Amino acid sequence: MTPAELLAGALLAALVLYVLLGGADFGGGVWDLLASGPRKAEQRGLVEQAIGPIWEANHVWLILAVVLLFTGFPAAFAAISIDLFVPLVLFLLGIVLRGAAFTFRTYDRPEPSVRVRWGLLFSISSVIAPLVLGAVVGTLASGRLRADARGADPLAWLSPFPLAVGLLAAALFAFLAATYLAVEAEGALREDFRRRAIGAGIAVFLAALLAAALSAREAPLVFAGLTRRGFSLPLHLATAAAALTAFGALLRRRVRLARAAAAAQAALIVLGWGASQHPYLVVPDVTLASAAAPRATLVPVLWALAAGAVLLFPALYLLFRVFKGERPFSVVDRGR
Amino acid sequence: MDASEPRGWRRRLGRAGSRRDGVRRPAAKRRGPSEGARGAAACPKKGAVTDLLAARWLFGLSLAFHIVFAAIGVAMPLLMVLAEWRWRRTGVPAYLELAKRWAKGTAILFAVGAVSGTVISFELGLLWPRFMELAGPIIGMPFSLEGFAFFAEAIFLGIYLYGWGKVSAAAHLASGAVVAASGAASAFFVTLANAWMNVPAGFALEAGRPVDVRPFVAMFPPGWGHEVVHVLLSCYVATGFAVAGIHALALRRDPANAFHRGALRIALGVGAVAALLQPASGDFSARHVAATQPVKLAALEGQFETERGAPLRLGGVPDEEARETRYALELPRALSLLAFHDPDAEVKGLSAFPRDTWPNVRNVHLAFQVMVALGSALAAASAVHLFLRLRRREPPRWFLGAIVLLAPAGFVALEAGWLVTEWGRQPFTIRDVMRTSEAVTPVGNLLLPLVAFGLLYVFLTVVVVVLLGRQIAHAPTAAEAARVEARP
Repeated sequence: MTPAELLAGALLAALVLYVLLGGADFGGGVWDLLASGPRKAEQRGLVEQAIGPIWEANHVWLILAVVLLFTGFPAAFAAISIDLFVPLVLFLLGIVLRGAAFTFRTYDRPEPSVRVRWGLLFSISSVIAPLVLGAVVGTLASGRLRADARGADPLAWLSPFPLAVGLLAAALFAFLAATYLAVEAEGALREDFRRRAIGAGIAVFLAALLAAALSAREAPLVFAGLTRRGFSLPLHLATAAAALTAFGALLRRRVRLARAAAAAQAALIVLGWGASQHPYLVVPDVTLASAAAPRATLVPVLWALAAGAVLLFPALYLLFRVFKGERPFSVVDRGR
Repeated sequence: MDASEPRGWRRRLGRAGSRRDGVRRPAAKRRGPSEGARGAAACPKKGAVTDLLAARWLFGLSLAFHIVFAAIGVAMPLLMVLAEWRWRRTGVPAYLELAKRWAKGTAILFAVGAVSGTVISFELGLLWPRFMELAGPIIGMPFSLEGFAFFAEAIFLGIYLYGWGKVSAAAHLASGAVVAASGAASAFFVTLANAWMNVPAGFALEAGRPVDVRPFVAMFPPGWGHEVVHVLLSCYVATGFAVAGIHALALRRDPANAFHRGALRIALGVGAVAALLQPASGDFSARHVAATQPVKLAALEGQFETERGAPLRLGGVPDEEARETRYALELPRALSLLAFHDPDAEVKGLSAFPRDTWPNVRNVHLAFQVMVALGSALAAASAVHLFLRLRRREPPRWFLGAIVLLAPAGFVALEAGWLVTEWGRQPFTIRDVMRTSEAVTPVGNLLLPLVAFGLLYVFLTVVVVVLLGRQIAHAPTAAEAARVEARP
């Protein structure tokens, strides 16, 4: 492993954690938008209560990923920023409006009409941001950002494959959020989110299928990663096992197991993307090696990451321990 | 400044040999990453100039907006922790009430700061990809460490805001202290990156790519200390006086209110200590700028000609064409004395430097005058406050009025000081290494995102002002505060 590969691994790990934590916060917004039935208000209340104390910390994974990208792979950061200018601006607008509207709803007047207005802004931007983020990832993987004299096509992200990845991201975030919320809810409310998790899981499956089919034509590297590279079969088996476990556990009402399996499934999807795209950061022109910062930068940053992690993970555990109960990450469903 | 900027592209980096600060900058090898593109820029098209201007406006607007919330994020947690600490020490319930209310304000402001900071981290690439391509590996270290500081801030603010009653009292107070410390650490690391842009160090350039990178030399470039101290103090001054102004206004209407009295004492205490230290820090900064960034010093003092025994100009309007600063009140020899601690020292004027390396002298000089004038007023008010406190006298009505008037002064001074350092470095993004016109993105139509983000910032500002206004309007009256006191 070269330092560049190690740092790319750290970057991918930050993205996995952003999907598992920050992604689920966006998914919470999806369920705020889709709240329905007799327990509509309770559903929204649970979403608010669940993400209130943690969304800002979860959001920092994205900042860390951006910083690692421009520190470790500056040429890739420049290329991505130029080629994907429009979707990244839309993503930013989504991030700002989501976070601001969520906070404003908490501290504005508690009247229903005021809360509904902020809730609408919060939830709509929570849907748009993952769609655009997925499209950005899909475009990076598609190989359509070829750097030639005219520059890359500014509308490359509006093709079918990136948009399918956008749908996949939105569905995946909603799926994660629903399984997490099913653990945090009780009684009838838990049933609501359990059913929503099953629905979202089916949506994830369909979106993944669509993206995979489109990749045959539009993203050959991803398609190869899905079908015929050394890691393809084990990765598929692991992802399938996680997905089946999640479904089975949801059907048998073992919500903690379902939450862990859903998280594993999402992590494997992100890792599978990373593995398929390796060694490219922007297919087909920017690779880990071509974009990497000098070794003199990479090695100290890796040490700084290691030192930071020693402080960060206990603090994160504390945060979840305080707000998510005694066994914040447990897999075992006790006493049911 | 902006229209004239592309003119100088051809002569860039011509003077690298004349450094005094010992930073290695091989002159011959320095080539920007966009060598090919620059040939086309010889006759800049109108669109390119407009896009550069739009990029600068958008980034300036984003930073001007974010910097307010960032400064509050540094100082407000300290105020709220001090209030909670006083409650634990004295048992006076008004302080608990105060800690809770300040925490609510902090929650709103921190959230807006977090998302607007995200915008900045993306805009570094969206607007200045060539800058980040060069600088990323060199100054990535402070940004990486800032990431962890931001993690600590977000995690422990979550525990502080939502953890009343969920964690022990001591753990709650400690969480607040971690937020205050990591907020200061974030500002510390980010300012290091800015200090590097002013005095780049720790690398050499070969074929437009950084080589021989020494991240820890780059992280602490010459003069990092003065800039970091000045920025941190400015956060406490601005926030302390803004908060004090709000409570002073309430006290003028309701002089017996224990809640507002306690609030004023804490906020003004923090603001006053910082405001009294700030002139010393400013003097320290100015002397360093004089040594390392003589063009910036000449611009901020409106000094066009090189002279011995240079006067200090108060006010005045620099005229770049006529090369003189008009209508200024001149204090003989004071600039030489302040900048070099020698009344006969030679101060280099702008004329000693090529015209295409000048910043916009009028803007820089005026922003500097605003910063110094407001900083002096704040320091004077701070001295009065400390005098009153030492005499154990309650602030008289006229003094409360002065504090109300000075409420925005800290933030105006902070913005002006930021403009001084950024405008003063133009036309460079990295001083003497990369021009702003070379750093900018090739993406066009930047007016569109400028308008979009402009509207967004207006919207967010209005909402924040309304929400905070409502919080303040619902502050306890004297009678309510007394009832809180009476509660067991």
